[in-house]
Amino acid sequence: MMSVAAARALRDGAVCFVGIGLPSTAANLARHTHAPNLVLIYESGTLGSKPGVLPLSIGDGVLAETADAVVSVPEVFNYWLQPGRIDVGFLGAAQIDRFANINTTVIGDYRRPKVRLPGAGGAPEIAASCREVMVVVRQNPRTFVARVDFITSLGFGSGPGDRERLGLTGAGPRTVITDLGILQPDPQTCELTLTHIHPGIDLDTVRANTGWDLAVSPDLAVTAPPTPEELAVLRRLEATKGGRR
Amino acid sequence: MAQIVPLAAAVADLIHDGDTVALEGFTHLIPYAAGHEIIRQRRTDLTLVRMTPDVIFDQLIGMGCARKLVFSWGGNPGVGSLHRFRDAVETGWPRPLELEEHSHAGMANRYVAGASGLPFAVLRGYVGTDLAAQTPTIKPITCPFTGEVLTAVPALRPDVTVIHAQRADRAGNVQMWGIVGVQKEAVLAARRSLVTVEEVVDTLEPRPGAVVLPTWAVTAVAVAPGGTHPSYADGYSVRDNDFYVAWDAISRDRETFLAWMRANVLEVGRD
Repeated sequence: MMSVAAARALRDGAVCFVGIGLPSTAANLARHTHAPNLVLIYESGTLGSKPGVLPLSIGDGVLAETADAVVSVPEVFNYWLQPGRIDVGFLGAAQIDRFANINTTVIGDYRRPKVRLPGAGGAPEIAASCREVMVVVRQNPRTFVARVDFITSLGFGSGPGDRERLGLTGAGPRTVITDLGILQPDPQTCELTLTHIHPGIDLDTVRANTGWDLAVSPDLAVTAPPTPEELAVLRRLEATKGGRR
Repeated sequence: MAQIVPLAAAVADLIHDGDTVALEGFTHLIPYAAGHEIIRQRRTDLTLVRMTPDVIFDQLIGMGCARKLVFSWGGNPGVGSLHRFRDAVETGWPRPLELEEHSHAGMANRYVAGASGLPFAVLRGYVGTDLAAQTPTIKPITCPFTGEVLTAVPALRPDVTVIHAQRADRAGNVQMWGIVGVQKEAVLAARRSLVTVEEVVDTLEPRPGAVVLPTWAVTAVAVAPGGTHPSYADGYSVRDNDFYVAWDAISRDRETFLAWMRANVLEVGRD
């Protein structure tokens, strides 16, 4: 459901900076269903990749072979991401908080971490410079925390006005898609608010898996269930992960 | 002019204990054979530099070669954690690992500054994140023309950069293609450089999108066919994704890791 909901949120023709894992699965699902003209950019420097199989890494050969252009890593960040040429940045998270700040660096204290995570990669600048950001993440109390242990990528900081004060041009996270529902920032408070709940999930479950007092939209909708076509394409793609054909 | 030399001799000659050593290759063209030779020669106290420390850095860190790591993303792509990297950071095994942590954009720009002979690079980066508070090599800088506050990061100037390329000619000119990452900048930023190649050929036939490093910009070339496995060399091999998945179990436990390294790196000859 999470991959399907994330894929649906990508409009056809958008230029999308894709991280590996769930974002890559969702972006490729979108490209194989309603958004055949979606432009996929991977941080390894492949612009316009059209993989027929799901890559395991951001640098699998299939991404370069099917790209419109392959550029260097300094170029992908400096010429393509930094000036704001990318519509949607697509990120995962180890922790996310009520203002959609993302942590992929450490759990616990930076100097004495309980868990050392991979770190930033391209995410801080993706979160800053894309016109908008979409986050795909499984929802549970360990992941959805009131305050992240470390801000690797900025969402809305500590609330309204923070992004503007810092001079960021991108709108920040507009959509957070989880296995339970969809959250969007409240236009006034910037606080993540549940706007959609996936079929078969009840509100108490969502609340119990959120580490803060979750705001719920008065217009809470139920996500349309996956269509047979979406499921078929998703299963076919998943079976190819890492290049298996 | 680059010398074409055996890999073991090149590592012995160019890489010394305590050096700052960059090994680059963005998923593609990762110089595993050279990394294994560094481990076999028991180099130590290295400052290792790499945007994406993946399995090769997990091996170098787990074998105690590194004192410090300069990096921007340390994981097993698409699989999960690097267990040896985590063990070093979380518990100090086999020795504590100092971190200098950046983002990809910052690291890429640091290499560009190094290659350009500049002391630092300017970017829109790290804004609003907690990284600047932990990493002294991230500083604000004011644009002298507009007054805008941007971010400065210092040039990377490795003692040695090691990369893998598809091929070289007999004069030591190097050619690579496919995902070329930050290798050109990393070589030009370094004082010395070592390029392992799949093969040496009489003539470098032009390839679309290829990067050529002229022989006079490279210190040494060593022939190491298959020397990028489990990464890959476009046109010669494909990424061994099954190995990356298998590494998770091999590396999770210290003894299993050490046994694997003995059997597959220490007790074998040159890759």
